[in-house]
Amino acid sequence: MSATTSYIGKSVKRVEDKRFITGKGKYTDDIILAGMVHGAFVRSPHANAKIKKIDISKAKAMPGVIAIFTGADVAAINGVPCGWQVNFKNGDTMKEPKHPLLVADRTKHVGDPVAFIIAESREEAKDAIEMVSVDYEKLSCVTNPAEAVKPGAPLVHDDVPNNICFDWELGNPKSEVEEALSKASHVTTLDFVNQRLVPNAMEPRSYIGSYDETSDKYTLYTSTQNPHLIRLLMCAFVLGIPEHKVRVVGPDVGGGFGSKIYHYTEEALVTWCSKEIGRPIKWTSERAESFLLDAHGRDHVTKAEMGFDKDGKILALRVKTFANLGAYLSTFSTCVPTYLHGTLLQGLYTTPKINVDVTGVFTHTNAVDAYRGAGRPEATYILERLLDLSALEMNVDPTELRFKNFIPPFDGVKQPGYQTQVALQYDSGNYHGVLEKGLEILDYKNFRKQQKESAKNGKLLGVGFSTYIEACGIAPSAVVGSLGARAGLYEVGQVRVQPTGKVSVFTGSHSHGQGHETTFAQVVADKLGIPMEDVDIIHGDSDTVAFGMGTYGSRSLAVGGSAIVKSIEKIVEKGKKIAAHKLEASEQDIEFVDGKFTIKGTSKSLNFAEIALTAYVPHVYPADLEPGLDFSSFYDPKNFTYPFGCHIAVVEIDRETGKVDLKRFIAVDDVGNVINPMIVEGQIHGGVAQGMGQALLEGVEYDEDGQISNGSYMDYCMPRADDFPMFETASQVTPCPHNPLGVKGAGEAGCIGSTPAVVNAVIDALWSSGKKVKDIRMPLTPERVWKAMN
Amino acid sequence: MHVKIKVKVNGMEHVHEVEPRLLLSHFLRDTLRLTGTHIGCDTSGCGACTVHVNGKAVKSCTLLAVQADGCEVLTIEGLSTNGTLHPLQEGFHQEHGLQCGYCTPGMIMTAADLLKNSPKPTEEEIRHALEGNICRCTGYHNIVKSIQYAAERM
Ligand code: FES
Ligand code: FES
Repeated sequence: MSATTSYIGKSVKRVEDKRFITGKGKYTDDIILAGMVHGAFVRSPHANAKIKKIDISKAKAMPGVIAIFTGADVAAINGVPCGWQVNFKNGDTMKEPKHPLLVADRTKHVGDPVAFIIAESREEAKDAIEMVSVDYEKLSCVTNPAEAVKPGAPLVHDDVPNNICFDWELGNPKSEVEEALSKASHVTTLDFVNQRLVPNAMEPRSYIGSYDETSDKYTLYTSTQNPHLIRLLMCAFVLGIPEHKVRVVGPDVGGGFGSKIYHYTEEALVTWCSKEIGRPIKWTSERAESFLLDAHGRDHVTKAEMGFDKDGKILALRVKTFANLGAYLSTFSTCVPTYLHGTLLQGLYTTPKINVDVTGVFTHTNAVDAYRGAGRPEATYILERLLDLSALEMNVDPTELRFKNFIPPFDGVKQPGYQTQVALQYDSGNYHGVLEKGLEILDYKNFRKQQKESAKNGKLLGVGFSTYIEACGIAPSAVVGSLGARAGLYEVGQVRVQPTGKVSVFTGSHSHGQGHETTFAQVVADKLGIPMEDVDIIHGDSDTVAFGMGTYGSRSLAVGGSAIVKSIEKIVEKGKKIAAHKLEASEQDIEFVDGKFTIKGTSKSLNFAEIALTAYVPHVYPADLEPGLDFSSFYDPKNFTYPFGCHIAVVEIDRETGKVDLKRFIAVDDVGNVINPMIVEGQIHGGVAQGMGQALLEGVEYDEDGQISNGSYMDYCMPRADDFPMFETASQVTPCPHNPLGVKGAGEAGCIGSTPAVVNAVIDALWSSGKKVKDIRMPLTPERVWKAMN
Repeated sequence: MHVKIKVKVNGMEHVHEVEPRLLLSHFLRDTLRLTGTHIGCDTSGCGACTVHVNGKAVKSCTLLAVQADGCEVLTIEGLSTNGTLHPLQEGFHQEHGLQCGYCTPGMIMTAADLLKNSPKPTEEEIRHALEGNICRCTGYHNIVKSIQYAAERM
């Protein structure tokens, strides 16, 4: 292996930038296939309505219209599946109603598709929408999960009593937690809503389905985070077409944040219809449809209690959450409020007793699934709000309270991993370190002085802390399998050395902004001792890449990168055999350093390109060795990875208007080893902005009719450039002990740590002025903050 | 009914018969196949479609193609000259001002207009100028730095 590294750890500029800054990126909607036609949907304007009659005759006669499909036409096709089974406490399987491609009888949320119109042009397809007449009988609906479980609430699915999909519990027995809380000298209680968010990737979802009769083969272009997973779900579970007859391509994708993981009904529909009509079909979501239908995030109604002894040590934590799943189960919806949320409630603390109880609930709303962080932001929000609020209530310093309760440092090698009360075993951590660093950057002592002084001048300053942990590098297949996952979560990495020594790498990870074409190439170039220009990273096409599970859960480098490293190891091993034969030495005497295979202690060596050429022109070659230099590996992680960090927000509140101004944001993150600091920082920035968006700006509102009342950029407040200061970032490195690169993942950290830090800062500011407010409902709009002050 | 329009795009004259309801953004993308101009919304709220019309930054989804008749349009594809990147393109690359790249053409076109009118903008001015452009990936930090990079070199 290479001894010196010339790329790893450096802020190498991204190789993918060139096409994006010149307008040459290729997103799905940019693709035009010969003979391609366009699709548009007739969507339910009601949340809960019986379809009494549907008449498509007028629409069919509209100019350009080729075909119209309704629920009756696809009734025999399976619905889109859920990828994670969660059982009821009594062992019963969760309720899993069909999620049909088109609705035939009763719509279950606004936007549910009733008919699919295909026309020569986009405009003609849209013109025909209004000509489809649907006779609805509107029924009452329910949108709040805590309301939906009450007796007499309208049912989303007639065969799901009380709208309960599952109830679930994790941690210590309730009685033990109860007892510990009863002995506490202080208990902090917080009732709150973790509001529903819209992921808002800037590229709307877009799909093109096409079918080739001569080869009996389908192709689906899709703005997805995981093309192979879509192929698997669509072929095996929905359409029943053989996988080798389907190619799924995820070209350039304009952001995902979770919302493009899932298999959506429209993907299956354009694919199936393309054979029915014999032409390729494109459907691109409008932004209004994205608001209605891209899987939403969060939406928990929670009560949490944390008990302390008289010295401020945490004794117990109890959490009860109603998780809104929407009307149908999206691909990973069920694991988000359970195994990605309950399992994180240990946080960074030694809390000895924890119990979390979650009810997954159907409502007449759009599906909720993983959105950047997925369950971990919700868990972190609970813990970090409780920590800062407890400090205020007990009149102790919030940082002292944390230092007192932190799990002591452990590296996972000399000291074992930390076994939590909620199933996980942390890999390595130094939690004190990140908080100390954060306080240093903040200049904490000075800040508190400043806060007092500015209070005298009528200003309201506040600081909020959040020391978070997350579980990334998703995930060991056997572990997630035992918890209900219906897939393995390994990754595939193939390294093909070309005869000239240039390298093509095929990865099952998918880049939609993460910069894999750069970071993966850095790793490969260093490990093989070759220039980065000699490495090409290929991803996103099921016909070229053997298999893959895609990109989410901050898994690409930890799992996808490790698969590539495994293949490189195989290449080096084979290269040594070839070199030994050519150099007439024994294999044990060959070492591979800086791109050269050398006989140890001599200057006799062959470089990488010479070995590659020999492998493909095997004239002088070991008798028992296959020619070629091309290896593929599956890497299944041994454990999750556990990045952590400390986020600190400083805010100033305008007393007159209640407007919150984010003055400073400090993020100290420990994501293990770092391949490209520039890219990691960029990920943190983006995550922090999204987390701050939840705290202060964003939230989708359903009215009592189940209509989204803020479904556009006019009404839904997206974070914009002037909402932020420059971020202050710093890092600490605690390597992951169980993967070859020592990396933990950085994609979600910013979004997990930042939300509670910002809210805590506002609460701190209010307490500093004597307003002892426990909670303000997110987003903390000026109106809500003003009301809390007055 | 189709209407004949003549538009100069990136220095090239184009004559087309278009539907009167066709948006400039769709004209650029679908008719001229200049897909660097992106569409991110339907309420003129995201800025992904920003181009220059007669030298000013305009959201191309707010204009009908027929309104651009006789105009000069510059899109992201026309920004670099003879293969040399515009300082803003260079800036976005150097300062990691993009991740997924979807907002990038609109950001760059907006910033180009800003720098034309205000060659040495303050951070606040930059952030204010980007009000109409949404980026979901970067948190804007590096976009601001990218524009500062370009401002120093123009
Ligand atoms: S597409 Fe023009 S502003 Fe969004
Ligand atoms: S880089 Fe993805 S939206 Fe800006």
